[in-house]
Amino acid sequence: MSELKKVSSNPHVRARLTTGHIMFAVVIALLPTSIYGIYNFGPKAAILILITVLSSVMTELIYEIVMKKKVTISDFSAVVTGLLLALNLPVSVPWWIGVIGGVFAILVVKMLFGGLGQNFMNPALAARCFLLISFTGIMTNFDCDAYTGATPLAILKSGESVNVYNMVLGRCNGTIGETSMAMIVVGAIFLIVLGVIDLRVPGSYIVSFVMFLGLFGGQGFDTHYIAAHLAGGGLMLGAFFMATDYVTRPITVKGQYLYGILLGFLTFVFRVFGPSAEGVSYAIIIGNLLVPLIEKVTRPRAFGKKWGTKK
Amino acid sequence: MNNAKERLLNGLFKENPTFVLMLGMCPTLAVTTSAMNGLGMGLTTTVVLALSNVMISMLRKIIPDKVRIPAFIVVIASFVTIVELLLEGFLPSLYDALGIYIPLIVVNCIILGRAESYASKNPMLPSLFDGLGMGLGFTMALTIIGAIREVLGAGEVFGYRVMPAGYVPISIFVLAPGAFFVLACLTAIQNYIKIQGEKKGKDMSKIQSGCNCDCMNCGDMACSNRKEETETKNVAINVKAEGRVNSEKKEEATIERTEKQKQVVDELFFISEVKMKEADIEVVDLEQEVSEIQDNKEMDEETKGEGETEE
Repeated sequence: MSELKKVSSNPHVRARLTTGHIMFAVVIALLPTSIYGIYNFGPKAAILILITVLSSVMTELIYEIVMKKKVTISDFSAVVTGLLLALNLPVSVPWWIGVIGGVFAILVVKMLFGGLGQNFMNPALAARCFLLISFTGIMTNFDCDAYTGATPLAILKSGESVNVYNMVLGRCNGTIGETSMAMIVVGAIFLIVLGVIDLRVPGSYIVSFVMFLGLFGGQGFDTHYIAAHLAGGGLMLGAFFMATDYVTRPITVKGQYLYGILLGFLTFVFRVFGPSAEGVSYAIIIGNLLVPLIEKVTRPRAFGKKWGTKK
Repeated sequence: MNNAKERLLNGLFKENPTFVLMLGMCPTLAVTTSAMNGLGMGLTTTVVLALSNVMISMLRKIIPDKVRIPAFIVVIASFVTIVELLLEGFLPSLYDALGIYIPLIVVNCIILGRAESYASKNPMLPSLFDGLGMGLGFTMALTIIGAIREVLGAGEVFGYRVMPAGYVPISIFVLAPGAFFVLACLTAIQNYIKIQGEKKGKDMSKIQSGCNCDCMNCGDMACSNRKEETETKNVAINVKAEGRVNSEKKEEATIERTEKQKQVVDELFFISEVKMKEADIEVVDLEQEVSEIQDNKEMDEETKGEGETEE
């Protein structure tokens, strides 16, 4: 007689890969950028990164203890959020900016909406925009020991020329993590090789940004200008590490391309026509908000169903 | 005078227009950038609300039911114009600070809501106190929100510095997003108090639900605590529905109907005895409905053989 076997609901095939593993891979991939940021801006950058990461993790821990929920700090997602936020801060900000940012990112954007997987926008970027609106003066003050003067994008915006070679290497002013395009790409390649991220969103983002910039940027396909735009600001960091966030990008393949193109368009509009030199954060946040609509439009057709039929 | 006190407390706490009824969100979010603006807006609205309540209450027997909303708006708009001119003449700074939101008091749904649900059905004095209570509740809410936003966003309350000199204002709180943050937090605190009260076994159902046990003036037909007059109304509706039966079965149905109609009328009289004052309006409505049904029945008989008679 056959024995009744208990069959659990799907998924039946389980990989050993967990959220913790993926998040840890992201942390590893962000290490070159972080280390270069510390090398570039001095030990103050290290302290700021540490404070921001700690405040993010502590916020999650305290919230979950107070609300009597399962403690999930071991999945590294709070570490990633804190690290990304710190990499998006100028090195000159006081320490409490990191604390406020970390608390806002985790408490308001992530935990109050239900924790990891429920946040409707990227916590690190939301916190960055919160800080940018709240403390505009502090957040746009890029004075530090290593460099004086404006960020390359601001210089570019004012019509002067910049040294693209230095920008690719990272020898320029900016937030802690955004300066070195080379280091970011190293981390991104690591993630792509591991299969943690794919090129759909970053690829369509960067390509569409270049296309918009070339077609409507007013300078044509000027290699120097476009290269400066690609290497400067948070475009690389945003494209590879924030736009690819599993929670806040569309899940459909078509939607991901659409999302990337939308981000490219928004970034182009903010950078070229907006009052400030940088626009990646706002572009990704607005893109995040449009993700439900994108998913609705690009929902794949079930096999055997015709378009337009109701489920 | 007991009634007056009850009305005042009702507006201030039990049915606070901002935190409980969630009415008048536009001025709540827009003008509360400082405590002074909140207080000014609240008091302006209070004056208009009390005066328009009194006027509408006095006119309630003259205003025809079909044009009551335009009539209310005319009354409200007159008072708003008076108040606007007075403010412009005597408090120009407040007038400038509130700007377009003074004329917009005309379309503030608290005022129209109280006119519709209270003043048009109750005598003058209770309406006055209802308007005062609601207005003061609104003022209190706006002042609290304004004060919190001012403290966090500028470090001041009513223009006086309260935070230490080293405090860096979080300027997002005097901008639009801050209004949402503060309102959400205050509503959350209120919900927390409600839940805690329920845990201790107190009856908190009247708080936050906006219920004042006045089922006659309540639009919430789905309310589970609704008093028995709804049941009779349901019977009346059933009777009405049965009025649409096929003309072949009409003779039997007519007998049933007349029986049920008698029941309805009996019940109505019973209730009207029990609830002398409160039931008046509803009974009139129901009696009208019953007479309508009877009219329909006569119509049915006249239009024999036409198949289904539709309403």
